[in-house]
Amino acid sequence: MDKPEDLLLDVQHLHTGFRLGDAFYDAVDDVSITLRKDEILAIVGESGSGKSTLATSIIGLHDMRNTKVTGDILYNNLNLVGLNETLFDRIRGKDIGMIFQDPLAALNPLMRIGEQIEETLVYHTKMNKEERDKRVLELLSQVGIPNPKRTARSYPHELSGGMRQRIVIAIAIACKPPIIIADEPTTALDVTIQAQILDLLEDIQREMHSGIILITHDLGVVAETADRVAVMYAGQIVESGTVMDVFKHPTHPYTRSLLRSMPQAESDDDELHVIQGVVPSLKNMQMKGCRFAPRIPWIPASAHEEHPTMHEVAPDHFVQCTCYKDFYFPDDDQAAEKGE
Amino acid sequence: MWKTILRRILIMIPQLFLLSVLVFILAKMMPGDPLSGSFQQGQSAAQMAALRQQYGLNNPWYIQYASWVGNMLHGDLGQSFVYKRSVTGLIGERAVNTFWLALMSTVILYVIAIPAGVIAGRYEGSKRDSAISVTSFILMAVPPFVFYLLALIFFGFFLQWFPTGGSVSSTYNPGTLGYVWDRIYHMILPALVAGIITTPSTIQYLRTGVIDNTNQDFVRTARSKGVPDRVIFNKHILRNSLLPIAAFMGNQITSLLGGSVILETVFSYPGMGQLFVSSMTSRDYPVVISLVLLFGFLTLLGNLLSDIIMSIVDPRIRIE
Ligand SMILES: Nc1ncnc2c1ncn2[C@@H]1O[C@H](COP(=O)(O)OP(=O)(O)O)[C@@H](O)[C@H]1O
Ligand code: SF4
Ligand SMILES: [Mg+2]
Repeated sequence: MDKPEDLLLDVQHLHTGFRLGDAFYDAVDDVSITLRKDEILAIVGESGSGKSTLATSIIGLHDMRNTKVTGDILYNNLNLVGLNETLFDRIRGKDIGMIFQDPLAALNPLMRIGEQIEETLVYHTKMNKEERDKRVLELLSQVGIPNPKRTARSYPHELSGGMRQRIVIAIAIACKPPIIIADEPTTALDVTIQAQILDLLEDIQREMHSGIILITHDLGVVAETADRVAVMYAGQIVESGTVMDVFKHPTHPYTRSLLRSMPQAESDDDELHVIQGVVPSLKNMQMKGCRFAPRIPWIPASAHEEHPTMHEVAPDHFVQCTCYKDFYFPDDDQAAEKGE
Repeated sequence: MWKTILRRILIMIPQLFLLSVLVFILAKMMPGDPLSGSFQQGQSAAQMAALRQQYGLNNPWYIQYASWVGNMLHGDLGQSFVYKRSVTGLIGERAVNTFWLALMSTVILYVIAIPAGVIAGRYEGSKRDSAISVTSFILMAVPPFVFYLLALIFFGFFLQWFPTGGSVSSTYNPGTLGYVWDRIYHMILPALVAGIITTPSTIQYLRTGVIDNTNQDFVRTARSKGVPDRVIFNKHILRNSLLPIAAFMGNQITSLLGGSVILETVFSYPGMGQLFVSSMTSRDYPVVISLVLLFGFLTLLGNLLSDIIMSIVDPRIRIE
């Protein structure tokens, strides 16, 4: 089904643990995902599910004194897990570009925009100063900056939030990396700007044929932008598949809860369905059984799978649980039926 | 920018005027007058009254103030009652001494504090960091005069490496190389101790600055670009961490220029701090008033200088 040459990134059994006190606690717990050329893979989940940790593990941004990463991140016959810093510096920015959530904090306040974009080119290309300056202007117009020359000379605080995010994107794509990771790129922006930035990402993907990992907690963004989606909960991927499959046939109770909590524009139902509770913190993560079980207390203990594992419920549609068939929401008609 | 600087300087004029009135009134309210201190036996009350009349001390305060301000604008700060010479000349001489001492201790301060703070922050939690932090905490706990006295007793009297007072020995003629060297020689110990005792705050500022900035998002961005660690440190972390130090530099310089009362007293160094104390005790009003005004002026100037430095090093700040 997959052409092997289309496979860009193959993450297998990734664990990323943070040191809290004396022990390490996994924020990413046995995650396996693949990214192909020419696709946008969305990673969706509530805040605290480990999405950012997954992203920063791939691009190797953790402080290794307090972080333990195991498993495989295969890229071009290279395992990025445990790769030494000098080699990783050659990959970061060149093969993997990263876009961050808060575009003001992501830019150095004391450095001109042009210089910050140029820095990527300095370490990954043989361009001379003149060529780099030209490329910076080119990038600025590619990301839709109206006055590239002036913007290159300005400082981050002189630009609006949307403009800054375009700069961060320009930095990430400066070397045309095959892999782009965008961690909640629109969360800090106004709704109108959000759509523009997502459009820009789609344009870039089409132009450069990159694979994009788009991290978000917004299912609306997923539906609009992504090709495939992986749903993440408490450090684990609980469901993955094409956006079509997952939205049409949401299977894992967590995915179904997320979809239900999405505000429906046409619905006259005033009730907002929110899943009760929050993602457990690292220290309170249960090690056995399904981590989502405590948030659906109406499901009897006997109905839960003891050791949830990935099952392929349809071609390329994976779910970490088989007892989904017995799942229902307490306020559903189904519930009423059950109650009788 | 030049316009705003000029405007800021103009604003300083009414501030200085207010300060001068305040200082003058305070000085007049103090008990006694300069002559009561120099009362000598055999001097009759009539003679004293005549002297008072001669110095204008019997005029109403506003007349005294007006003539003082008028003279001051001509660069005449009056006569020192104690030293029997012009205040301008006296302060000028002391200011030169203090200036060189301040410059030298500032250089020593930054030469020690910047590398120490940067190393402590960069290698947070390491043995070097602990050594630097512990030393600076101890320094912070020692009262300056104790530190100065210990240094003076040990290096000055006991080891006799350095002179124990003054700014130059009388054996040298001004203008000769020996004279210049002797002045430096007299400054080394006071400058060293004054520089060292002020390092803790700068070290701590830098250390936390480096640690904070290392965890900033823009540093993460730089790493995601594949910029080598060494470059990230110099270009992103260090520059941003030096910002508050630069901001404080204006005040640092002018506060040192005011002279350190304790330092100059302990080392009997003829600077402005020492002059201030001695003229306070001898009620040498013309000197006291001029010095207080000068210190006020230096403080205002320090703030302005800090603002100017900030606007140069930090693009987010423009002085309006
Ligand atoms: N550097 C870190 N040290 C310790 N715990 C961390 C660190 N970064 C994230 N965590 C924890 O890991 C979990 C996942 O966080 P994160 O990856 O930021 O989730 P998300 O991006 O999905 O909101 C959270 O419980 C968070 O508190
Ligand atoms: S194991 Fe239980 S909680 Fe987990 S998905 Fe299955 S039914 Fe839901
Ligand atoms: Mg996150």
